[in-house]
Amino acid sequence: MNLNQLTIKEAKEGLKNKKLSSFELTKACLKQINKNKDLNAFITVCEKEALEQAKKADELISKRQDLPLLGIPIALKDLFSTKEIRTTAASKVLENFIPQYNATVVEKIKNAGAIIVGKTNLDAWAHGSSGENSDFGPTKNPWNKECVPGGSSSGSAVSVASDMCLAATGTDTGGSIRLPASFNNIVGLKPTYGRVSRYGIIAMASSLDSIGHFTKNVEDSALLLNITAGKDPLDATTLPNPAEDYTKNLNKGVKGLKIGIPREFVTADLDKEVKSAFEKSIEVLKSLGAQISEISLPYTEYGIAAYYIIQPSEVSSNLGRYDGIRYGNDRSSFGDEAKRRIMLGTFTLSSGYYDAYYKKAMAVRTLIKKDFDNAFQKVDALISPVCPTLPWKLGEKINDPLKMYLSDALTVTVNIAGIPSLSVPAGFSKNKLPIGIQIMGKQLSESLLFQIGNAFEKQTNFYKQKPNL
Amino acid sequence: MKYRTIIGLEVHVELKTKSKMFCSCSADYFGKKPNTHTCPVCLGLPGALPVPNKKAIDWCVMIGQALNCEIADVSKFDRKNYFYPDLPKGYQISQYDQPFCKKGFIELSNGKKIGITRVHMEEDTAKLTHQGESSLVDFNRSGVPLVEIVTEPDFGNAKEVVEYLKKLQQIVRYLGVSDANMERGDMRLEPNISLQEENTKELPKYKVEVKNINSFRFVEKAIEYEIKRQSEILNSKEMPIQETRGWNEIKNKTMSQRTKEEAQDYRYFPEPDIPPLHFNRSEISNIKAQMPELPNAKFERFLKDYGLTEYDAEILTREVETAKFFEEAIGIVKNQIKNPDLEVSPKTIANWIINKKIDFNRISPYEFIKQIILAGQVPLITEIELEKIIGIVLNRNQKAIEDYKNGKTNVIMFLIGRVMKEAKQKLDVKLIKETLENYLKK
Repeated sequence: MNLNQLTIKEAKEGLKNKKLSSFELTKACLKQINKNKDLNAFITVCEKEALEQAKKADELISKRQDLPLLGIPIALKDLFSTKEIRTTAASKVLENFIPQYNATVVEKIKNAGAIIVGKTNLDAWAHGSSGENSDFGPTKNPWNKECVPGGSSSGSAVSVASDMCLAATGTDTGGSIRLPASFNNIVGLKPTYGRVSRYGIIAMASSLDSIGHFTKNVEDSALLLNITAGKDPLDATTLPNPAEDYTKNLNKGVKGLKIGIPREFVTADLDKEVKSAFEKSIEVLKSLGAQISEISLPYTEYGIAAYYIIQPSEVSSNLGRYDGIRYGNDRSSFGDEAKRRIMLGTFTLSSGYYDAYYKKAMAVRTLIKKDFDNAFQKVDALISPVCPTLPWKLGEKINDPLKMYLSDALTVTVNIAGIPSLSVPAGFSKNKLPIGIQIMGKQLSESLLFQIGNAFEKQTNFYKQKPNL
Repeated sequence: MKYRTIIGLEVHVELKTKSKMFCSCSADYFGKKPNTHTCPVCLGLPGALPVPNKKAIDWCVMIGQALNCEIADVSKFDRKNYFYPDLPKGYQISQYDQPFCKKGFIELSNGKKIGITRVHMEEDTAKLTHQGESSLVDFNRSGVPLVEIVTEPDFGNAKEVVEYLKKLQQIVRYLGVSDANMERGDMRLEPNISLQEENTKELPKYKVEVKNINSFRFVEKAIEYEIKRQSEILNSKEMPIQETRGWNEIKNKTMSQRTKEEAQDYRYFPEPDIPPLHFNRSEISNIKAQMPELPNAKFERFLKDYGLTEYDAEILTREVETAKFFEEAIGIVKNQIKNPDLEVSPKTIANWIINKKIDFNRISPYEFIKQIILAGQVPLITEIELEKIIGIVLNRNQKAIEDYKNGKTNVIMFLIGRVMKEAKQKLDVKLIKETLENYLKK
């Protein structure tokens, strides 16, 4: 096994026992990045800085310093502001933008001792579900380079799936972590809205943006949330509840837990192979002692409609600052998808249309929240497929925005309700394309999601399978 | 044709909180080196988020209560989207349909109540300076807390507007939440002026907003100018256009800035970066409890407690520093002097403050009272009256005059005593002495 294939936990042990150095580990990751440039997972690679940091980490380790991520190579979605490191949002508008400050999460990860290997590719401004909508070129799926890796956090997902780093950060506004996680056979966490600070992360749709991460397995996901979670005085929407040790329930199993299957998520247009992987997953959970029942979330069908009003409305406002006066390039550098959302959002917020669109979408939002509240009175968690389809071919949906938007049908309601959801590997199609399921829980139930995810993972071990690179 | 003038007013007051509205940068920007009081938040950098300033919100609620407003139970911030180079985020964080305070009033001296529609909180923009071909942006002012106070169209003339503005300025200064200095831009005002035929009830179909007014004197001039301009247009059977005009203080007239035939669409929506705010009643009454005595209450109390005339009380309460000095001086008489012979009445103190234009920074109330006492606590007698009394006294005391002329100058003290007795009041000893000596030397 190569060093870069280790999980965070394994690498930490190796570093502690002097079986490996952070320098070697970082070097192995950088080597993998350089070897697989065709995947286009990174926009900026911080080779020199990463190796310097790794040397420093090794020094600290030799002095018996212990920090939770000391010496661990991590990649950041290029939406996270990094001081003195170019941050582009994968848009030409910010082609040469170098932030003056670190996002809170970046600060936390750095303070925990992590090595930043680089900034990963994404759909520009996080607008997209495929990873193709980047001004720096599309990211490719390591399981099949002709397929999309899923978006918007495409590069982060691919970098973890291809062992270019041990973990990577992402943002999930409508599925942007869970979908690429499921397309890449890795674990993706979308935490409760407000659990992780958004400060310093280029905003997509502020009331929906959730800051999470990709890891190789569930335990690493919990370890990383231990570092990123918590109230941030710089983000008024972070929750006051103290962060917990998210690893505490990892091994408690699912015996006796009530897990619901939302009927509305298992639709007729669900891909057969996705459906079958999902059904097998249910059997696995049953065999582990979970009580499975069917649940109804009746307003699910309005999810996409509400999402595609709220989200572009906020996008149109959030992108207003890129007015050409600062940051280098002007508005003509916006890609088609950004322009589309700016126009949609400007329309839905216009006087005379606001009540019919935005206000109504907000009313739907309340109903969707209620749906979940009702469901969580009856069950501890919900499971569903992440994406209705398998990873599709590059270019397949690029000229059909509506079709692209529908790939988020099973993920957006979680964002609308602000609840957490964990995407875990659930098998492969006959052509060896990854399939994922998501485990959803009520607000701040991340520990429970890890508990269920870990039990499922221990039983299935899909995560141990690697793409042929 | 006779017209009725209809004026409404929007006033912006900049709060003097230590930090800005949504970040911890210093809000004290005036005269500071450009772009030194900035951070990612007030520069609107990608990813930066606003965290509201509690003090500024409390102060806005305080202003609302001082203006007799209802305070909202639940409120929120909204985004007002528009493009301008002084607005780094492309939107201003303001309040739209749920302001902190609404439905208040200020009562004018003629008893008329000017309705206050709303009092809300927002952030100031950066400051633009135009230099030839280029424009410079100073973000020191960006994000400084701003309170907007909007009235009903209740003013009928410029005089009422000026009185309202003076009262408003006085109230925010009393509260200590703003310097409300017009020249420095702490207080900015925009009147909306329109005219209506006298016998109709409905509101005019247009209004003209006037900007760039930086003194009370100019607001009066600008309104008078607009009344004249608009009535001339109406007299020629035309309708003035709805527009924004700017006051030009050199030309002494308003000039068109932009027409407002279609209102700009700001695409307001709830600010998603700031959760809604809930005020509970006890919090609101706590803020009220922190409020100092307001000008009207102080005025009434000065009439009642010190027996002052309305004229005196008005002058003494105009500025809180004056009122404070006055009451401190009274406190010194009461608590430190404690000598009935040296009694200094509130009326005397008031007269001294009003007539002598005391510089409060250069004299303590104690020194001030000492001055009054030393001066003999007097000058309430005219020269003619004094000369009359001296005449009577000298007539009755011929011997004393002779003694004086024979060199017994000490006798003058006896004569001063007689004059005082005759006057039945304490007088300026020095003045009596000088006047007597003039007579005796004749």
